Amino acid sequence: MSVAIPPVETRKPAAPFGANYGGPPIRFLGNDGEPEPWQPGRTPQRTYTLGMIVGIGASSMFFLALVSASVVHRGLAGNAWIPLRPPSLLWATSALALASSSTLVHARRKFKSGDIDTFIRWWTITAVLGICFLGGQLLAWRQLVAQGLYLASNPSVSFFYVFTVAHGLHLLGGVIALFWISWRQSHGWRKSPGISRSKATSVAALYWHFVTVLWLLLFSFFLIGG
Amino acid sequence: MSAHGHTIHVSEAPTGFVRKYIFSTDHKVIGIQYFLLALTAVMVGLVLSVLMRIHLLWPDAKLPFIANGIMTPAQYLALVTMHGTLMVFMVLTTAPQSGFGNYFLPIQIGAPDMAFPHLNMLSFWVTFVSFLCLVSAFVVPDGAPISGWTAYTPLSGLGQISGPGEGWGQTMWIVSIAFFCLGSLLGALNFIATIIDMRAPGMSLFRMPLTCWGWFVTAILGLLAFGILLAGGILLLLDRTVGTSFFLPAGLVVTDQLQPHSGGSPLLWQHLFWFFGHPEVYIAILPGMGVASHVLSTFCRKPIFGYKAMVIAMNAIGLLGFMVWGHHMFVSGMNPYSGFAFSIMTMAIGVPSAIKTFNWLSTLWGSKIHFDTPMLFAIGFVSLFVSGGLSGIFLAQPAVDNLLHATYYVVAHFHLVMGVAAIFGIFAATYFWFPKMFGRMLNEKLGKIHFWFTFVGAYCIFMPMHFLGLAGGIRRYADYTAISYLQSMRPLTMFVSFAAFVTATAQLVFLYNFFWSLKNGPKAGKNPWNATTLEWITESPPAHDNFGGQYPSVYRGPYEYSVPGAAEDYIPQNLEPSQVAREARS
Repeated sequence: MSVAIPPVETRKPAAPFGANYGGPPIRFLGNDGEPEPWQPGRTPQRTYTLGMIVGIGASSMFFLALVSASVVHRGLAGNAWIPLRPPSLLWATSALALASSSTLVHARRKFKSGDIDTFIRWWTITAVLGICFLGGQLLAWRQLVAQGLYLASNPSVSFFYVFTVAHGLHLLGGVIALFWISWRQSHGWRKSPGISRSKATSVAALYWHFVTVLWLLLFSFFLIGG
Repeated sequence: MSAHGHTIHVSEAPTGFVRKYIFSTDHKVIGIQYFLLALTAVMVGLVLSVLMRIHLLWPDAKLPFIANGIMTPAQYLALVTMHGTLMVFMVLTTAPQSGFGNYFLPIQIGAPDMAFPHLNMLSFWVTFVSFLCLVSAFVVPDGAPISGWTAYTPLSGLGQISGPGEGWGQTMWIVSIAFFCLGSLLGALNFIATIIDMRAPGMSLFRMPLTCWGWFVTAILGLLAFGILLAGGILLLLDRTVGTSFFLPAGLVVTDQLQPHSGGSPLLWQHLFWFFGHPEVYIAILPGMGVASHVLSTFCRKPIFGYKAMVIAMNAIGLLGFMVWGHHMFVSGMNPYSGFAFSIMTMAIGVPSAIKTFNWLSTLWGSKIHFDTPMLFAIGFVSLFVSGGLSGIFLAQPAVDNLLHATYYVVAHFHLVMGVAAIFGIFAATYFWFPKMFGRMLNEKLGKIHFWFTFVGAYCIFMPMHFLGLAGGIRRYADYTAISYLQSMRPLTMFVSFAAFVTATAQLVFLYNFFWSLKNGPKAGKNPWNATTLEWITESPPAHDNFGGQYPSVYRGPYEYSVPGAAEDYIPQNLEPSQVAREARS
């Protein structure tokens, strides 16, 4: 008895994204506008951007937890919460943060035009501005201490210190990354299977801008919520 | 069967012992490192639970590992705390996600490694430091903390004065959790980037094995949840060390001393903790769901029933998991309207869970089931998940929960649904993938003995606890002989304890099987289970770059079993359609 064999392909389950037999899989994020050919055995360069975006998401959840904790805490604490007037120095440090992001934009523009020396100069200026920001934060803490406001003085003050220290650590990480990249750029980027020099600068820039925006959001939160 | 692939030389395998086995960036080595870490932790956690069960029966017994021999109530609470913490963090979070996920995710999607191998190594070593910090709580002055794995404030926030273990022990606990959060965040980042960007050509999201979907949703949950716990942990540490008042209210009097805190809120800790803690439950169980689906389909020789529904259900569970944290806090006091909302959302999770269960049963329905050990554990997973999940619907009602919250009913519920079920997922994965990881088969007979003792044992331990709870048996009590109304529960308590002793002993069968088979098991070929996904086209164990330079393209979904007209009852994902037709004709 012979049985007609149905063609095997007809039983293929319909896959919504599945029209790309043998083609590259669908990519979502971090493409930088240019399609990158699929290289087996390699982490694609765009993945570094994706990783940074995901990392920024995780970091945002951390700060979101602190923000919501402080809002809830304020609601529950009633009279025990004495609003804190953020030190006026923070206006200056906010300006520094903004300035550092704009020097970074300028540096990246130089990088794209191939002017590596000028790029390194502006890149380093950005990092130095970051250090100035951290110095400013340190002075702001000194101002609070001079007013007798320590970490445990009041929940509002405690939250202020926690926010600024957590943000400061993020920024310190950024400063280290900037210095590391400018050091590697000035010593010639050693060819390695890892991140390329242009991707390293763009990922670091993404992070730096995140830290700046994060600061501006936190500062406005202090101004509103105190 | 060979498939067209892309030949490329990737990277040399490291040769030195340290780079190869210790500070390795190879995802397979890191996966095994995580697995061994979890294996160590689970043995410690198991011993702790056995000591607890002995103490409940014979409060005056002299016990090993206990200072002065006879366990005090505080030491009992310390064991409860450490058992919970070790099991939840170091076992249920580590083994299914970081262990098996690390090993098999890149292979199943056709990648040479995780997206960021060095970050992957860092994740493991940060987690390892976390483990060391946690077990160091046993040996610091005054021993381990007594505040439970949830570390409720104010008990956990006041320091030494609030009880033994609340000094150094609690501090080490928090430090350990903070490290664990960091390690898990880095791991989650890596998983997400790998799944989105490292898939082989043709491996669309909806052609990924359900295991990969489990790891993907889990990674997203971890990424969003562990940052919350980290923030809460840092605040708690500050409360303890520098005297802030995030979680500590004014007017606390402990051992006749007024505490110098003011303005904090213990409820705030509970919110932060459970906003992490409930997704954590799904972090533990979702990879198990993926593994169970994968194994069921393979050993039913049938495509998984409702693949897309499975994927959607997993995502729905992940999403809803973020909206139900309040159901852990019904007894902490909350607005009845919030309680109602949390209750409704909690019961809503029953819908995607029921979809998954329906699909698992439908996969089994009418199929030629191969009862190999991995399959037994996968079926056991379904059974335990349903048994444990059903009591969750009762506990989701605030009125019922108010009565049962502090009783053994809750202990029974969460052990069945997220503890033992997740462990069964881990066992299913171990028996299923052992041949791939180590190149040898586990012994089937020992595996079946292990399964039946564990399966029956788990039910014997946790089913009676429901009755204990309904009868008012309070959890965390160290001594059942001292309180008169609890004495009538002694026979049931004894039954539970003996079931626990037998089940714990049966795990030795698994350990023996595991280590004996590493050396002496029969050699496994590339594909001992005749399975379809990409890990089975690699060598056992796979080469350093997984595919030996031959990167696969993917032409079909993950569960093409018993396709009518095909030459064999499974079609690997990388087999070209023309080749399938050719083989069918010949």
